[in-house]
Formats: sequence, structure tokens, C-alpha cells
Amino acid sequence: MPRRLALRTAAVGYLLVVLLGPLAMLLWRLEEEGIGRAWSAVTEPDTVHAFAVTLEIAAIAVPLNAVFGVVCALLIVRRRFRGQGVLNAFVDLPLALSPVVVGLSLFLLYGRTGWFGPWLTAHGVQMLFALPAMVLATVFVSLPFVAREVVPTLRELGDEQEQAARTLGASGWQTFVRITLPSIRWAVIYGVVVTTARCLGEYGAVAVVSGSISGRTETATLRVQSYYENLDQAGAYGVSLVLAAIAVVVLVLMTLLKPRQAAA
Amino acid sequence: MSISARNVSKRFGDYAALDCVSVEVPGGSLTALLGPSGSGKSTLLRIVAGLEQPDGGEVLLDGVDATAVAPQQRGVGFVFQHYAAFKHMTVRRNVAFPLQIRKRPRAEIRERVDALLELVQLQGLAHRYPAQLSGGQRQRMALARALAAEPRVLLLDEPFGALDARVRAELRSWLRRLHDETHTTTVFVTHDQDEAMEIADTVVVMNRGRIEQVATPRILYEQPSNEFVMSFVGEASRFGDGWVRPHDVEVALAPDERTREALIERLAHVGPEVRAELVRDDGERVALQLSRDEAERLELAPGQIVYVRPTRTTVFRDGV
Repeated sequence: MPRRLALRTAAVGYLLVVLLGPLAMLLWRLEEEGIGRAWSAVTEPDTVHAFAVTLEIAAIAVPLNAVFGVVCALLIVRRRFRGQGVLNAFVDLPLALSPVVVGLSLFLLYGRTGWFGPWLTAHGVQMLFALPAMVLATVFVSLPFVAREVVPTLRELGDEQEQAARTLGASGWQTFVRITLPSIRWAVIYGVVVTTARCLGEYGAVAVVSGSISGRTETATLRVQSYYENLDQAGAYGVSLVLAAIAVVVLVLMTLLKPRQAAA
Repeated sequence: MSISARNVSKRFGDYAALDCVSVEVPGGSLTALLGPSGSGKSTLLRIVAGLEQPDGGEVLLDGVDATAVAPQQRGVGFVFQHYAAFKHMTVRRNVAFPLQIRKRPRAEIRERVDALLELVQLQGLAHRYPAQLSGGQRQRMALARALAAEPRVLLLDEPFGALDARVRAELRSWLRRLHDETHTTTVFVTHDQDEAMEIADTVVVMNRGRIEQVATPRILYEQPSNEFVMSFVGEASRFGDGWVRPHDVEVALAPDERTREALIERLAHVGPEVRAELVRDDGERVALQLSRDEAERLELAPGQIVYVRPTRTTVFRDGV
């Protein structure tokens, strides 16, 4: 009994120190620095713009990765083909790779001396220091989450219902829309929530390719960094707190969704 | 609709599930594919449905080559062992599914689904989800769903295998009655010989990816074409050069020139009959089946020595 208690205390203590401590600190410091300054930082046009950029990127990256994730999961679970193992492994690559490295490789690919850079510049497409590269970086780092949620659900589901639908006259697409998708919907929604959280919080890869131009290519996380570097701590805390609030909303959503997914 | 499979082969890796199998199923018949697990019977059924592609050979439906036709265009109804119920749909929507896919008018769908639910006696449960049904109810729903699109062929893959004995017997006779009314060509897979013998017109016995015999239940039992069929369809024991059925053995308490000595190892009272397992003096086992009256008259008991004589044996010239 005391051993179990010790384990529990250790687990909860760890969570408090590692996760909740910094968040509490954020609130406390904000109080000290003055809420007025923080509020004016959050409502500054460049900050509002930064949030808009973050949302814009998420609005493109999340649907893209939702579609890609579902297609990928279907390929991994339902098909047998050469290179399947490679696909399965590569989906997880963004989890293993540091976002900074992702940003750097995009930089090298689309930069002035990169493979695609000169061609794109010649055709008047601005990739780096603009939205396209930022979206690409975010898509890369948030790629695995939908697939990773959907794969086990598809496996558990089995393909008998899909076979039944085929024998009952449904085409491949009809089977997907009417049978497969409704059966995996909670896994997809859960994956989308996690992907959204990852997109909103992305920093490293975007930092490398965006150039962090205030009012243009600055996302919310980059905005925090720039306030911090300019020794405007209250501003940094204010923007951070908004991001943290979004994280809490996502957390609540995930907790609400998890039991439904288990039941589905 | 008639079905014919010609020289159908299917391998899964190194394992030959079907080895050049040919079989003809006449239109309007009720046929059982009977065999032990791994005999290829389910694979054959799935190839007929188009759920599996054969490595070689062809499948003809009504004389037309359907080997390359997609399952949704074959006009077959398929019933799975584990029901394959659409879990996110109510019973009504499950049954309506094939009709909705075919974009039938709403009123027609409602009418047809009502009729089908009545046919499988699920009228009161139309708004339930599959998770709220028993196994037997789920399989009846799956049957109604398979029948909804008026298939030309009804294929059932061990349809009653996951159900308890009583429900299985009910559904069995229900299927036979359904067939007598509709005369839809029906093929079902089973490893239960009683099930095959009880309801099928024709039984196709399969073993190790090959067909051993195709015959009516009666011919199959009385004139099995080889030792496999003899021992798989109904019980049989070896006796000398031949095989004997448990009810074709006479028991006596005293020896004569034609009897063999045997020891009663086990006695079981199963309903109206008594079954016994005997070990002959040469070590061979013999299964025996007697009426209750006869067993009582002879006062049989385990451990007793008796004298047995086959009244009818079957000898296969090319014995395995």
C-alpha cells in the first residue's frame, strides 16, 4: 500500500513540477508585470496579425493532414504493396526529427541555391519568408497525428463491414463514405484536434523559414519570442497565456472525445 | 442463377487453399460446401462472391464469365459468419442500405424493409443498433440485408457457426423454408455435417483444397466415394479391410465364428440412443450405436467384454 501511494505521489508530483509549474509561473509573473501591459500587447495590431497568421496556417495544414492521414492509414492497414513498411515508418519521421532540422532542410530545398528555389523564383513564387514555406513546415511537423489515431481504429474495425457493403452493391467510394468513415469518425476528430494543437504551437520549423517579419510572417509563437527578446516580458507572458488558454480548450476537447472514441 | 467454377486455384503464400477445383451449382438449388477447416470451402465461396480473386480458373454466373466482375456487380447476397453488421446504423438502415445504394424511391424502400423485417421477425427491433441485438437477431438482420437487393444468388459463409445450438437449429430450418419459398440459388459453407445433411439438396465435400464428392445427402452417406468422405460424413470405424457405421454393428454376449472380441470403454446416453466406444482385441477402436432398449436388454456396462459383428461394411479398393 505505501508503495502504491509513493508511486502515485511521484507521478502526480512529476506532472506538477514539469507541466503545471511553468503554467502557474506564467500566471504569477503576469500578475507581477502588470495585466494592463499584457493586455495592450495582446491587442497590438502586430500580435493580432500574428494570431491571424497562426490560424491561417492551421486552417490550411489541418485539413490537408486530415485527408493525408486518413488516406495513409487506409494504405497502411487495408492494402498490401511493396514499400508499405517504408510508408509506415516515414509517417512517424516528423515525430523523430527536430522541427529546426525540418525548417533547415526546407530552407535548403527552396533557398536561392536549393533544388526548387531558382525555378520557383523564376516563376515568381515566393516560398521562403512567406506563407507557403510556413504552411509546408507546419504540415510536415503535424503530419503523423491523424494517421496514428486512425491506424489502430481501422485495424480493430476489420474489413468485414466493408466487404459486406461491396457485396450489397456499394462502390469503393460509397463504401468509404457510408461505412468506413462513420466507423472511424471519432479517431479522425481526435486526430484533427491533436493536429490543430500541434499546428498552433509549432515554433522551430516555422522560425527557420519565416524570417519572423512582424506584421507579415510572424506567428503567435514567434511573437512570444520577439517580445521576449525585446525584454518586453509582460507582452511575452500575455501572448503565451492566450496560447496556453487555447491549449486548455484543446485538452478539454480531447478529454471529452476520448471516451466516445473508445465506445465507437 | 447457376454457378460454375472451372479449374479454380488459389494460393495464400505457400499454402494452396484451392487446387484446380471445378464444381457446378444448378440454378434454384440449395447446396452445402462441407469440409474441415482449411479445406478451401470459404475461399471458394468468397471467389464466387468476388471478394477474393482466383490465381487461376474462372467463375461463370448463368454461363457468363464473371471472374473479373467486381463484387457489387455480381448480384450476389453474402452472409458472413460474424454478421458484418453496420454498427453505426440501426437495423432498419442496415436492411435499407442496398436499396439506398440503388437509389430506390423512399416509399418503396420503406415498404420493402418492412416486408423483410417481418420475414426475419425483427419488426419490433427496427430502431435498435446491432450492439443491442443477440447473435441470432444480428444474423437474421444480415440475412434480411442480403436479401434486400433481391440477389440472384445467396452465399452464406458459416452463417450459423457463431450461434448456440438452439438458435442454430431454428435458423437452419428457417433458411430451408425460405429457399422452398423463393428458390433463390443458395450456397452455404459449413463444417457441421448435420447442418449440411439436414438442409442441403446437394453437398459438396471438400478436403485440402480439393473436392472429394458431390452428391445428395443420402448418396453421400450410403455410397461415399472414398475413405475421407466415409469418415467425415457421419461416424465410421475401420473393420478389417473396410469401414463400418456405428449403427451397422451387432453386439452379442457370446462369441460365434464371425464375431470379434471387444472391450466397452465408454458408454454415453444421448437422447433416444446409446453410444459406445469399444476397443477390439487387436487394438482397433469401434464406435457403436444402439437403441436404449437393446442396451438395456444386453445390460451393457463399461469394462465389459462383448462380441461384435458388422452387418454392413464398405470397402474402398484404392484405400488411402
